[in-house]
Amino acid sequence: MNKCAERLYNGIIKENPTFVLMLGMCPTLAVTTTAINGVGMGLSTTAVLVFSNLIISALRKIIPDRVRIPAYIVIVASLVTIVQLLLQAYIPSLYESLGIYIPLIVVNCIILGRAEAYAAKNGVVESAFDGIGMGLGFTVGLTCIAIFREILGGGAVFGMEFIPEDFRITIFGLAPGAFFVLAGLTALQNKFKAPSATNGSAPKSSLACGGNCASCNGLACASNHSTLEEIRRKEEEKAAQAKKEAALKAAAAKKEAEAKKAAQAAAAADAAGTEKAGE
Amino acid sequence: MKELILIIVGSALVNNIILSQFQGLCPFLGVSKKVDTSIGMGGAVIFVITLACIATNLVYSLVLVPLHLEYLQTIAFILVIAALVQFVEMFLKKNVPSLYQALGVFLPLITTNCAVLGAALTNVQKGYNFIFSVANGVGTAVGFTIAIVLLASIRESIEDNDIPFNFQGSPIVLITSGLMAIAFLGFSGLI
Repeated sequence: MNKCAERLYNGIIKENPTFVLMLGMCPTLAVTTTAINGVGMGLSTTAVLVFSNLIISALRKIIPDRVRIPAYIVIVASLVTIVQLLLQAYIPSLYESLGIYIPLIVVNCIILGRAEAYAAKNGVVESAFDGIGMGLGFTVGLTCIAIFREILGGGAVFGMEFIPEDFRITIFGLAPGAFFVLAGLTALQNKFKAPSATNGSAPKSSLACGGNCASCNGLACASNHSTLEEIRRKEEEKAAQAKKEAALKAAAAKKEAEAKKAAQAAAAADAAGTEKAGE
Repeated sequence: MKELILIIVGSALVNNIILSQFQGLCPFLGVSKKVDTSIGMGGAVIFVITLACIATNLVYSLVLVPLHLEYLQTIAFILVIAALVQFVEMFLKKNVPSLYQALGVFLPLITTNCAVLGAALTNVQKGYNFIFSVANGVGTAVGFTIAIVLLASIRESIEDNDIPFNFQGSPIVLITSGLMAIAFLGFSGLI
């Protein structure tokens, strides 16, 4: 149970996907025009993330290693379609305002990233809690940015008015404002040297590309792919060699044990013989 | 014809995929350090988005609509795009090595780029027919290329500038993109 709580803490604070890992920047900037959109997007992503982690971790021993990425994409895309249909049926207003960004959850790096980095290696319960933690972390991040933007740009948040109409900075509600808010955020992270992907001190994610979009020069993907393959091959070789050695050792040990046994038996027989002779 | 031009201008400049839709931000921020690489990335994106729009439009209108499976569009599109990018990569490697040299490294990056899926889904949402879909795809990709090449040239020229410590690295890039987004807001009067 402790591990589950640790997963939640990890997702919400230590490796917050928005503030620390800087993953999924596309929805982060696009839907944070109003706080309600931010919450909606965060919770939709959380739902997809929890179930994708759950299913992928349950199927992790069945999915062959070579086709795991397409398999993950199919699972995630099915879940996103379910979420999309549910939103369309029950919260049409949110469906309207999020628009194309709901199907785009499929290509959100957080989801495939967590599947690859966590769910593919860990048990079902921990993976589900990892999904909850990461999803809530994402929701918190989106909501904070959205509240900031909505107060500055629209003057009101969740129906409460803070800034009178003449003093609003409309640009924060528009596209450029998203860039400025994120720029301010990353500048603050640089100033306080907070752990973040932007200043290179983020905890290294085990994502294939390191999960660091900001400092990626575009070549990381291809080269990482080959290095990963190489590492895997080396590991396999090592494992094979270790296995061989272990087998040899085991055989040697067995032989030795047998020899010892035989010697013991012989000794025992000898002893018995001498004893008998003694009698 | 007029509609076609409107669609291309609209998707390239007015609703620029990066600066107003925020799709494809990862390569936009990541691959914009040098003009050369950004041109390569732009070329690859134009290539892939155009092909993806053709393929997804065909899949949608010839397979999904007749079978009443429109709700499977997200799954179908992402699989078609992933398969297409793989296929294009293999084809280029074998038959057009020079183009592969130029674009090859960028192709795997594009598979899960939201810009490609976004363009395909926009076509369906707006109910574009085949020609309009391709036009929208080309426009979107050209918009991406314009934005990324502009950002790369700005980044090259501010490389030696004295930027305050806190704003070094990604903050200054984001502020640059924000200013570019303001400039692109001016295009909204075009249509």
